Amino acid sequence: MNELLLIVSIAGSRVALPAAAVESVVELEALIPVPRAPSHLAGLSALRSRVLTVIDCQRSLELGTTELNDGELHEAAVVELDGHHYALTVDAVEDVVEALSDPVPIRAAMGDGWERVSKGMVETEEGPLLLVDIAALVAGPNTEARAA
Amino acid sequence: MDDLIADFVAECREMLDALGGEIVAWEASPDDRARLDSIFRFVHTVKGNCGFFDFPRLEALSHAAEDALADCRAGRRTPDSALVSAVLAVIDRIGEMIASIDAGEGVPDGDDSQLIEALAPGAEGPVVQVAATVAADGATKGGSTPRTIRLSVELLDRVMSGVSDMVLARNELARRLREAPGEVAVDGAFERLSGIIAEMRDAITRTRMQRIENLFVALPRMVRDLSAELGKQVLVDIDGGDVELDREMIEMIRDPLTHIIRNAVDHGIESPAERLKAGKREIGLLAVSARQSGNQILIEIADDGKGIDGSKLVEKAVANGVIERDAAQKMTRGEQLALIFEAGLSTAQAVTAISGRGVGMDVVRSNVERIGGVVEVDSKPGTGTRMTLRVPLTLTIIPALTVSIGTQHFAIPRSAIEEIVRANGSSVTLETIGGAGVATIRGRRVPEVALADVLGLPNQMADEDRTLVVLRPAGGDVYALAVDKIHDHEELVVKPAAPAVMATGLYAGTTLADDGSPILLFDPAGLAQVGGVRLEAIERGGRGVDAPVVANSNEVPVLLFRGLDGARRALRLGVVDRIEEVEPAAIRKTAGQLRVQLGEAILPLAGVDKPKNLEGKIRVFRLNDGCHELGYAFREVIDLMTVDRDVIPADVPGAISGVTLIDGEPAELIDAHWLFAEYLGASVRSQAQLVCRLPENDAWMQNMLRPIVEAAGYLVIGEQDELAADVTIVSQGKSIEAEQAGRILRLETDPDAANGEDSIYRYDRAGLLMALKASSAGRR
Repeated sequence: MNELLLIVSIAGSRVALPAAAVESVVELEALIPVPRAPSHLAGLSALRSRVLTVIDCQRSLELGTTELNDGELHEAAVVELDGHHYALTVDAVEDVVEALSDPVPIRAAMGDGWERVSKGMVETEEGPLLLVDIAALVAGPNTEARAA
Repeated sequence: MDDLIADFVAECREMLDALGGEIVAWEASPDDRARLDSIFRFVHTVKGNCGFFDFPRLEALSHAAEDALADCRAGRRTPDSALVSAVLAVIDRIGEMIASIDAGEGVPDGDDSQLIEALAPGAEGPVVQVAATVAADGATKGGSTPRTIRLSVELLDRVMSGVSDMVLARNELARRLREAPGEVAVDGAFERLSGIIAEMRDAITRTRMQRIENLFVALPRMVRDLSAELGKQVLVDIDGGDVELDREMIEMIRDPLTHIIRNAVDHGIESPAERLKAGKREIGLLAVSARQSGNQILIEIADDGKGIDGSKLVEKAVANGVIERDAAQKMTRGEQLALIFEAGLSTAQAVTAISGRGVGMDVVRSNVERIGGVVEVDSKPGTGTRMTLRVPLTLTIIPALTVSIGTQHFAIPRSAIEEIVRANGSSVTLETIGGAGVATIRGRRVPEVALADVLGLPNQMADEDRTLVVLRPAGGDVYALAVDKIHDHEELVVKPAAPAVMATGLYAGTTLADDGSPILLFDPAGLAQVGGVRLEAIERGGRGVDAPVVANSNEVPVLLFRGLDGARRALRLGVVDRIEEVEPAAIRKTAGQLRVQLGEAILPLAGVDKPKNLEGKIRVFRLNDGCHELGYAFREVIDLMTVDRDVIPADVPGAISGVTLIDGEPAELIDAHWLFAEYLGASVRSQAQLVCRLPENDAWMQNMLRPIVEAAGYLVIGEQDELAADVTIVSQGKSIEAEQAGRILRLETDPDAANGEDSIYRYDRAGLLMALKASSAGRR
């Protein structure tokens, strides 16, 4: 069976996350900011008596800022990495599709942020999509990771 | 069958662990029947099981050992060291085989005939069967075993995490009940549920607890083998084995503890010859003790060996580039000793197989710190070293205090909180010294950090309206944390936060508060570090606390240093607030006096004789008399020492009050009182102060009389000072100018010449005080 992909849009682009890694999709309520943490770490949120670390994907990709504390609900994909739960903020969650190919390197030039989180391009029924490396997304921009 | 073998292995393991200590104890007193019995029981059990499982090699070994021990039990043979060693060897071999069975490889091939021969009684009589004794023994063993079952740790962990989640769910339910007040009956039921959950949590926490004995039983054997290998004699004294500790914590401290003990035996305790030469007993003592202190466990490892050579450590650290030479000279002994925890340092002359590879103590520290613990070292050259491990009782549930900055809540572990005071309280003053906050709480100076600044949050509250939480990070020294508001005590189930959050160094974990929102738990030590509370400053705070103890002893702590002119000088530690470094440009002659700019303060500067020759960074002591500050420039700190009061007074009063021997060399003692009087001068003298004029060049008056006069509340001035005096004291026969002299007291060297009015015998203390008091009364 081919890998299932979750199509989400981040910073206006449609990309794919490995669906197996995504535990659930939630709507984030109020965030508790974490002072002094890297800027792409938007804060903490509670989900069923668990603490989620919220990653602002736009900041992680250095493509802008997601306005999270505007009182509205934001969609986020919950993933687990090394025993910690993270919520990745996305513009919208669209669909789950089947991957029709293994990821292949993208030869065209991508933006810096995308380049860093890219696992390659996968073919789907909805056309080619960028497969995002969740760990890289969580780690955020390199410079900040080092500063922290 | 596999299950049975697994049980057999587990049982043997347990007995082997417990046996380590028994064997050494048996060796020390071979007549001890109880020890002999327990060892016998072990080999007997092994033998019995082997027959069942068909491990002929194991059976032959245990059978031989059993026979030899049975002889001892029956009194046919006296255990000697040869027998003990042989039994030990057999038990070790059994241990190896069991490990191999455990690994699924079965019993390896090999020859045990040598071991079995070693057990032979030599010239003693033939072996007789003692089956009856054996049977009886087996029966008693069955009866005395407590009722226990074996559980997988994984299961326990799952239960533990389930209970933790239950506590969180209860908290949430409590919140919902508060929001929507229901029936009394519901509340009552909830209260009961709440109580049951709390009880259950306690119980489950205890199931994870293990006696620290499990960790300690292996120590005597380890020390015995180690000391035999090194040709040393070491006696182990173990105390507090019944202290209970989280099972996980025990595993976490096993390696650090082992390493510290190896170090103590290898480097600390000397060879018997060296010990005799040093006037100690041949046998070194290694004391390992555990005790509970609050929610921490203290494990102390103390040896009576040669101690740690601080200066050697510093040399090595400088050579290895761990610290700068400048920094090395400023180090206190405590800081020097702390160097052993730096990576790549070992004072051992030669690298041995046991320790001294220069790896280890840094790993020990990082391992202990990872579990929220602290390692401290204290050592006196020649008399021994004491290492203290402080570890939290458990990792999961922490009583905490919630505080807030603006609208955000945080938690601080209760264990680190010493006290809570209001910043505008009467016993508290806040000052900013050179940009750094200093809080004075009931006379104690404590570095102060505003939480809002540390976190980079907007600062909306005035400093005075804040609340100070005085924190003592485990093992460290106190500092005050200014927070906006204090909220509540809560028991929090703390979980580690995401790596990026932990990397800030500020937090110990996250959890959910009673209201269901996430809350961050601070790491007090990390806060201090990020807040820029320097070690130096932290240490000062600690010394302030210790001061009363010092005052009662006959020794005065002084800071030995080298002045700008190269002279060895000493300054009472109590007056030194801290050490600062300034550029020469910060030192200027302004308003007729040399002054130094330190941060935002401008202080008079002493200790400089040629202001033009200043070069490079200048170090300055910041002296404090409680209300005024003064700078004193110097070249380098030599050490922290103590002097007894055997001081040769200076002939002329001045910056130097006398000379004394410190560390075998003369050093000038700085007269801080004179410095303040001289440099702060008339500008700060209050008008109401009584003034007494004393001849400056009279050493007797300056050194013996002056303290009495000062104690009576007088400001002492010299003959040339222009201030009007209330009293002038002169020696007999000296003339004085009556102008501005006030009342004149003449001191007589001859008791008979004194008239008790204005001439007093100079050792008539009562008369003197009376006269001084009379003058002050006249003035008021």
